[in-house]
Amino acid sequence: MRKVQLLIVGAGPAGLSAGIEAARAGVQVTIIDENLRPGGQLFKQIHKFFGSRVHNAGVRGFRIGEKLLQETRELGVEVLLGYPVYGIFPGGEVVYGSADGVKQLQAEKIILATGANENNLCFEGSVLPGVMTAGAAQTMINLHHVLPGQRVVMVGSGNVGLIVSYQLLQAGARVEAVVEAGPAIGGYGVHAGKLKRAGVPFYLSHTVQRAMGTTEVEAVELVELDHFKAIPGTEKIIEADTVCMAVGLTPMTELASLCGCELVESRGLGGLVPVHDHDMRTTNPNVYIAGDISGVEEASTAMEEGRLAGTAAAESLGYIPAKEAARRKEEIHGRLDLLRSGQFGARRAQAKIEIERSFAQIKRGGEVR
Amino acid sequence: MGEDRRVTKHPILEDLREPDTYILYDGKKIPAVTGEPVAAALLAAGVRIMRHTPKTGQPRGIFCGIGRCNDCKMIVDGVPGVRTCVTPVREGMVVETQEGLGEWRDLV
Repeated sequence: MRKVQLLIVGAGPAGLSAGIEAARAGVQVTIIDENLRPGGQLFKQIHKFFGSRVHNAGVRGFRIGEKLLQETRELGVEVLLGYPVYGIFPGGEVVYGSADGVKQLQAEKIILATGANENNLCFEGSVLPGVMTAGAAQTMINLHHVLPGQRVVMVGSGNVGLIVSYQLLQAGARVEAVVEAGPAIGGYGVHAGKLKRAGVPFYLSHTVQRAMGTTEVEAVELVELDHFKAIPGTEKIIEADTVCMAVGLTPMTELASLCGCELVESRGLGGLVPVHDHDMRTTNPNVYIAGDISGVEEASTAMEEGRLAGTAAAESLGYIPAKEAARRKEEIHGRLDLLRSGQFGARRAQAKIEIERSFAQIKRGGEVR
Repeated sequence: MGEDRRVTKHPILEDLREPDTYILYDGKKIPAVTGEPVAAALLAAGVRIMRHTPKTGQPRGIFCGIGRCNDCKMIVDGVPGVRTCVTPVREGMVVETQEGLGEWRDLV
C-alpha cells in the first residue's frame, strides 16, 4: 500500500492552507479532493473579504484561491483531484475512488477539511425543478456563468442569502424577494444595504409555504409568521421561476466518525462536530480537522484553522521543534481571536471553548455531555 | 423558457466563455462550453428538468449543483444515473432525460 506522511482530505481554503503550512515545514503532503477543481467554495466567492489586512480583507475570494493554489504548486504539494474518499479506518488506512477503481493508501497523519453541507427546507413543491440551494445558484452563476433562473426568491437572510442575492443581481437576474423567518435580517448590514439600494424587497417574519407550478417553479407562496408559526390569511403569491434556500450549513463529519473521532453536538457551530483541542487535534491522535467540519464559520477562519492544523501535524511528525511550533500556533490563535470577535464571532468563540472543554473531559476519561 | 441564460456581461467576472462545442439533448443539438458541467449547458439552453422519479414520475432538476443530492441524474452516453452537475461536457455527448432509474443504451 502506498504510504504518505500527511494526507489532507479537501482542497478548499482550510485544506490548502494546512498543506502549505506543513509542506513549508518539510512534510511530504498529499491533498485529495472529490472535485475536479481545487479551491472548494473560494472560486465562487467573488465578493471582497472582511476582517483586517492580515485576513486578506478587501481581496475577492477567488483571488485568495489563486494565491493558495500557486503556493501549493511552488511547494510541490501533491493535489489529487476527482478522487472521492470513501472511508478512513482508525489506523489511517484511506480508501478512495478513482477512474481505475477503488484504491488505498496509508497515512501517518490526516487532516480532515471536508467542509459542510447546505441545509434545506421542506415545503409543498420544494422538489420542483427551480428550487435549489443558494450554493447551487452561486455555483451556476459565478463558476459556470449560467443563470439558474430570471426571477429569484431567496429564502434566508444570513450572509450567504444576502451575498448570493447580490451576486444574482450582478449576473443579471432579478431578486423578487428575500424571505426571513426571524424578525430581523440575519447577515451583515453592509450586504443587506446593497440589496435594499437595488430595490430588493425583504419579507421579515415570513417563510415560503409553497412553490407552485406543474413541471417547474412558476410562483411562490409566502406566509407571515408569528414567532415562527404561520398566520392563516396572510398568504401572498410572488411570481418567480427560482427559489434559493440559504438556511444554514451542517459540518460534514462522516469521515471523522468513521476513523473513530468522537463527535459532540454544538448548536453554535451548525450541528455535530468532531471534538478537538486547541491544536485542532481530534480524539484520534493522528487525525486533525480544519474549516467548516470543525464548526461552520467563514473562509478566513477556515484558512487560519488550516494553518493551525498544518503546524500541529508538522510538529507531531517532528518537523517543527515544540518551542517554535508554540510560537507559530500562538500567532495563529491571535488572528483567530480577532476573527471571532464582535456580535457574531463571540458566539462562535464561546462554542469553540466548550468543544475544547469536551476534549479535556474525554481525555480525563469522562463522557461527553 | 428556452432563451439563452448565459451571463454575457458582468461587473467582476472576466473569463466569460462562449460556447465552443455542442451536446445532444434528447436528440437536439445544444451549444455548450467544453469542460463545463452538462447541467450548466442544459440550464443555459433553458432545460431544467433532468429526470422523472421512478415511482410517481415527478420532475427533478438541479438542486445542490455540487454532486451531493443526485437530483440531476440523466442518461449520459448510454449510462444512466450520471450526475450532470459534476460531469464535464465533451463534444457530441449524448444526454437523455432519465425516466425512473433509466436504461443502459448500446451506443455505437
